Amino acid sequence: MGYQLLNKDFNDILNQLKSEYKIYGPKRFENKGRFSDTDVIGYGEIDKLEDIVLDEKTYFSPKEIIYPIRQTLFYFTEDEVKVPDAPEDKVIVFLRPCDINGIKRLDTIFLENGPYKDVYYERLREKVKFFMIECTEGFDSCFCVSMNSNKTHDYAVAIRFNEENVLIDLKDRDLLEYFENYGKAEEFTPEYIKENKAKVSIPYPEKVTNEMFEHEVWQEYTRRCIGCGRCNTSCITCSCFTMQDVYYDANKKVGERRRVWASCQIDVFTNMAGGHGFREKQGQRMRFKTMHKINDFYKRFGFHMCVGCGRCDDVCPEYISFSKCINKLYSIVEEGNNDEK
Amino acid sequence: MSIDVKKVKKNAFRITKQRGKTALRIRVPGGHLEVKYFDIIKEIAEKYGDGTVHITIRQGFEVPGIDFDKMPEINRMIKPIIEGLELDIGVNIDDPEAGYPAAGTRNVSGCIGNKVCPFANYNTTDLTRKIEKEIFPNDYHVKIAVTGCPNDCIKAHMQDFGVIGITEPQYDEGRCISCQACVKNCRKRVTGALKFENYTVVKDEDRCIGCGECVLKCPTGAMTRSKEKYYRLVIMGRTGKKNPRIARTFLNWVDEETVIKVIKNCYDYIDEYIDKSLGKEHVGYIVDRTGYNVFKEAVLKDVKLRTKAKIADYIDFGGYMYERNRFFSEVSR
Repeated sequence: MGYQLLNKDFNDILNQLKSEYKIYGPKRFENKGRFSDTDVIGYGEIDKLEDIVLDEKTYFSPKEIIYPIRQTLFYFTEDEVKVPDAPEDKVIVFLRPCDINGIKRLDTIFLENGPYKDVYYERLREKVKFFMIECTEGFDSCFCVSMNSNKTHDYAVAIRFNEENVLIDLKDRDLLEYFENYGKAEEFTPEYIKENKAKVSIPYPEKVTNEMFEHEVWQEYTRRCIGCGRCNTSCITCSCFTMQDVYYDANKKVGERRRVWASCQIDVFTNMAGGHGFREKQGQRMRFKTMHKINDFYKRFGFHMCVGCGRCDDVCPEYISFSKCINKLYSIVEEGNNDEK
Repeated sequence: MSIDVKKVKKNAFRITKQRGKTALRIRVPGGHLEVKYFDIIKEIAEKYGDGTVHITIRQGFEVPGIDFDKMPEINRMIKPIIEGLELDIGVNIDDPEAGYPAAGTRNVSGCIGNKVCPFANYNTTDLTRKIEKEIFPNDYHVKIAVTGCPNDCIKAHMQDFGVIGITEPQYDEGRCISCQACVKNCRKRVTGALKFENYTVVKDEDRCIGCGECVLKCPTGAMTRSKEKYYRLVIMGRTGKKNPRIARTFLNWVDEETVIKVIKNCYDYIDEYIDKSLGKEHVGYIVDRTGYNVFKEAVLKDVKLRTKAKIADYIDFGGYMYERNRFFSEVSR
């Protein structure tokens, strides 16, 4: 179903949806940027269309809504375990096609990788409806077209934001009651970006051999990368976590087990009993991340993990570009160019 | 040659070692200016000076080699500088064609601040201008500098008043991934105010100096800056021939309004306690004479401090004496 709605009518609908849904979107957090007097664009609850930031890419991805940074798995006493109740609210997220495709990657890892579904992920994920922001321009660092993640039909609602009105493609019949009394019916099919400024060529996964592992190309990242982990924490598809058993101060026999995002670029990610770690150099860590995003995930699932949102480029304090890294790899593997710097 | 030396000095021209020659001094509050003023400085240096300009430690310009009789012409030439860098920020100068009306209170210097620097906790240029507006023109000898963070690149610690921008880190535990980037950095580079306990960052309030390094290091935005901007005010640092010393903290965790008011109040304090037998007296030596408590009471007049603010009960200024009996007088009969 297609609709054309005045902005104020759309806001009315959002207002009504709030009785049933928590509504998240890309919004401005004032003075919360890294540097003083700067804002950060991230995901948070929004009240109205005007809260949604469309002209800047978010620094953090929407994954934290369904995959929280810190998540309590259960509370324990000496002889009992209690799993926290699932949040009751249903969720609406305003996001772009690349991020919807990114969440598809998270689904793959948490729900389809192995015999068990991750129940903590599933119980948040099943509550989520996507309100897709039509994206035809992208931003400088985006390379979604190269990653084939510029398009999706997996949305409840697709939206084109005009000056004074919005065009809606409504797919989710559950939401019909909210929309049908507003605006006028108008067919709308969202368009998708056809070409990014940044492009990547990915070496064919089977062509990447073990020789690539020791290639000197990674040394550059040992020199440049400071291992801060921002590329991971901003990535829509990074899903690694670690476990923490926290014993409460007042009674050390009581506590909680939680999972917390982990980053393959930060020290201790590969640490094992005895303190041994097997990827000590940043170049090795960059190689591991790169291979996961554009090689081994593909071998297992048939599509690449990276969706080309380009956030890792945007947030890197050392100006390391992941798309540049992919292209270097292509040049080495596919074109035999070992001088590429 | 008849020159009213005191008038010349007050007009921001210098008496130089070369008889008959003066040097023009130009104020640049905060050390930041539009390049269009370079054209004027260049023209003065080429036409009236020796074709050179000295960049002063206080971020002003000094144009040497000028004949005294050219002062009125030059003052007319620097009118746009006085308008742009003084009048436009609210400084009151009656006749902008007559040059600077005072030179005692030195240029308020500032580091580049958060216009450019990632470490800075505020816009230093804005604050230097607000301070300049309150205290210039003034004949009393006071040196002020503002710096964006406790790195203190402007050397606020060498001033009578040094303003250091700080922030109160806000920790959102729910966003913390326990990477300890903040903890390790604080231990290595700052004061070790952060500890990691039970997978969570714990801050020692007394050790945190508000530099904001933890905010810069955090990869998830778990550490952010406080909405309020805070300042540490260090006082009575100095060089000089008696007792060079680094400024010490007078107020901590105060707001901008307090900083400005305290500096302004200091002029009333100087007015009351200055040794009028001297041509000029540097404020630090007045504080030496009256004692810290008299100074403190005077500059905190009508200042409303917020609850977070801290005031020094006592200051041990330290430094060193060139001569250990410097502050003794003999009893005269």
